[in-house]
Amino acid sequence: MISDAPKVVSSRWDREDAHTLQGYLDSGGYQGLRTALQRTPQQVHDEVKAASLLGRGGAGFPAGTKWGFCPPGVWPRYVVVNGDESEPGTYKDRILMERDPHQLIEGVLIACYAIGAAQAFLYVRGEMALAQERIAQALNDAYAAGYLGRDILGSGFSVDIVLHWGAGAYIVGEETALIESLEGNRGMPRLKPPFFPAAKGLYLQPTVVNNVETLANLPWILTNGGAAFAEMGAESSRGTRLFAVSGHVQRPGVYEVEFGTTTFRDLIEAPVYGGGLRPGRTLKAFIPGGASAPWFYEEHLDLPLEAGAVGAAGSMLGSGAVVVMDDSTDAVKACWRVVRFFARESCGKCTPCREGTTWLEQILRRIIDGHGRPEDIGLLLDVSDNISPGINWPPRQTTICPLGPSAVSPIASAIVRFKDEFEAYCGGSAELPVEIKGKAYIPKPSATSEVAGV
Amino acid sequence: MARLSPANVGIAEEIISRYPRPKSALIPLLHLAQEQDGYIADDAMEHLAELVGITPAEVLGTCSFYEMFKREPVGQYLVNVCTNISCLLVGGEELLHHLEQRLGIHAGSTTPDGVFTLEDVECIAACTEAPCLQVNYRYHHQVTPEAADALLDDLRAGRRATEIPKHGVLARVRQQIPAEQRAGNAVPGQSEEPVWLRTAAAGNGDGGQGS
Repeated sequence: MISDAPKVVSSRWDREDAHTLQGYLDSGGYQGLRTALQRTPQQVHDEVKAASLLGRGGAGFPAGTKWGFCPPGVWPRYVVVNGDESEPGTYKDRILMERDPHQLIEGVLIACYAIGAAQAFLYVRGEMALAQERIAQALNDAYAAGYLGRDILGSGFSVDIVLHWGAGAYIVGEETALIESLEGNRGMPRLKPPFFPAAKGLYLQPTVVNNVETLANLPWILTNGGAAFAEMGAESSRGTRLFAVSGHVQRPGVYEVEFGTTTFRDLIEAPVYGGGLRPGRTLKAFIPGGASAPWFYEEHLDLPLEAGAVGAAGSMLGSGAVVVMDDSTDAVKACWRVVRFFARESCGKCTPCREGTTWLEQILRRIIDGHGRPEDIGLLLDVSDNISPGINWPPRQTTICPLGPSAVSPIASAIVRFKDEFEAYCGGSAELPVEIKGKAYIPKPSATSEVAGV
Repeated sequence: MARLSPANVGIAEEIISRYPRPKSALIPLLHLAQEQDGYIADDAMEHLAELVGITPAEVLGTCSFYEMFKREPVGQYLVNVCTNISCLLVGGEELLHHLEQRLGIHAGSTTPDGVFTLEDVECIAACTEAPCLQVNYRYHHQVTPEAADALLDDLRAGRRATEIPKHGVLARVRQQIPAEQRAGNAVPGQSEEPVWLRTAAAGNGDGGQGS
């Protein structure tokens, strides 16, 4: 369904001056903050819970619930903004930071007010120079206008937002690695449990880490009400959501769609969204939620953009990144490129990930260089099974964070679906050592059923 | 070159003052050192260690983890071509090979005149604008080989100097927090329940503007 739901986070993208304070104020800016300050922090928290806002970073955890995990009576609390967008295929937080930085700042302020955070850190990916400039300017203007700092708008609410940059490390998008990085350390994830950041995060204090898009929803929710937000979307996925559609479509772009009612087919084919494949091409596969997600195929096109349905089908919506591959794609090469990403970005802390992703990348490189051996297909699965035993979805984890198991998804997807392409590279295949269980890992419909379908 | 200049020490102290613990300023300070010198020299790391109150080895430990920190001089312009999945599908790899040919170097190296360093990078969050590249972390979207050639010509001739600063300079706008408006750091062990929660709990939660 292509709905006419209002734009929640992308409403100002057409305004040239949306990144300026004046442009923001002229288009209803800081009204959500004013509304929040007239209520108690608990009422603001309840409004966000009523909206059923799910985190937009990838895991999809309800934001209001996450806020509630801060242990009572432990001070200070911090809010940390995760603006380290780097999941391949994902492009939304950068636009939100570059084009509408005040909306994010207002969202951070609302979160700090509700949670009782006395200081916030806005962690922007290092490679995003324009976003850093736009946010720095927006913060400076917000301080000058009294929206930020001490005694905001005369309400008694005081908080500083400190702009912080990363320096190039995908893993820092994982919230505990981000906290390590913010403490000035190597960006290596912390083991959790026992402690999640809401209980012991930055400086081992209660810390709420929220994604940029999640926080950017808050001004609208406070202005229009959590109930109005919850009226949009499907039962388990309320509101709207940004999706980046890239790869082999005619209109690649970032689109805000009603969450849970729009389907992948709408997003890929509708003239207002992806605009369909290039003329004469057919769909080979698509990645529904960033490079870590198992691939989807033709038979998944009518699934709604809804976390539960996508999860039940064996993959994930992840970070809202839909990458479309048409029939001109070399599946083995696409698989190699995604795996190379994980090999390069492994932080090195856990052996299965550090060693496993490196070996997977080298074996795949050997295959696409033309030196593949029949036993290499089984070898890829054997290594994958050591990183994530059973090759299932959701994946089992032998590592502290999900990065290592993420490299297994493209391998299982490509080998199960496009085994013939691997065999063509490798000169046949030997016995496969493990049974692959993930529900999205489905072979191509057989030749006879294809004929039957014609 | 290498230790921070007196002006940059002033900036560094201002940055450090924004964090409850000084070591948190380390990554911003490493960027400051790289902005000054174009790369991060050993002397700079020793100086940062003094400023933050940690050992030079700890500074190196952090510095060496992050891709953007260069411990050897690089070209004036760092050209980062994305070849990750969305770009790969629409010509990112061909674009990289074109630039390798054009510059006469492999990805990961610098032209002999020291003007360009070429890198084959991971996703830079411009997937719907593929193929894309960055020059000193400034984006260029939907880059054709011809457009890339024109860009290199412009850069070499100094025609993009105002738009694209030298390597090491990220945001040209710095955050400034006026002293009189600072809420102040929330320091562990020195913080109580925030005042706006206490007043709300006491039934005076109708603050807002005009109160």
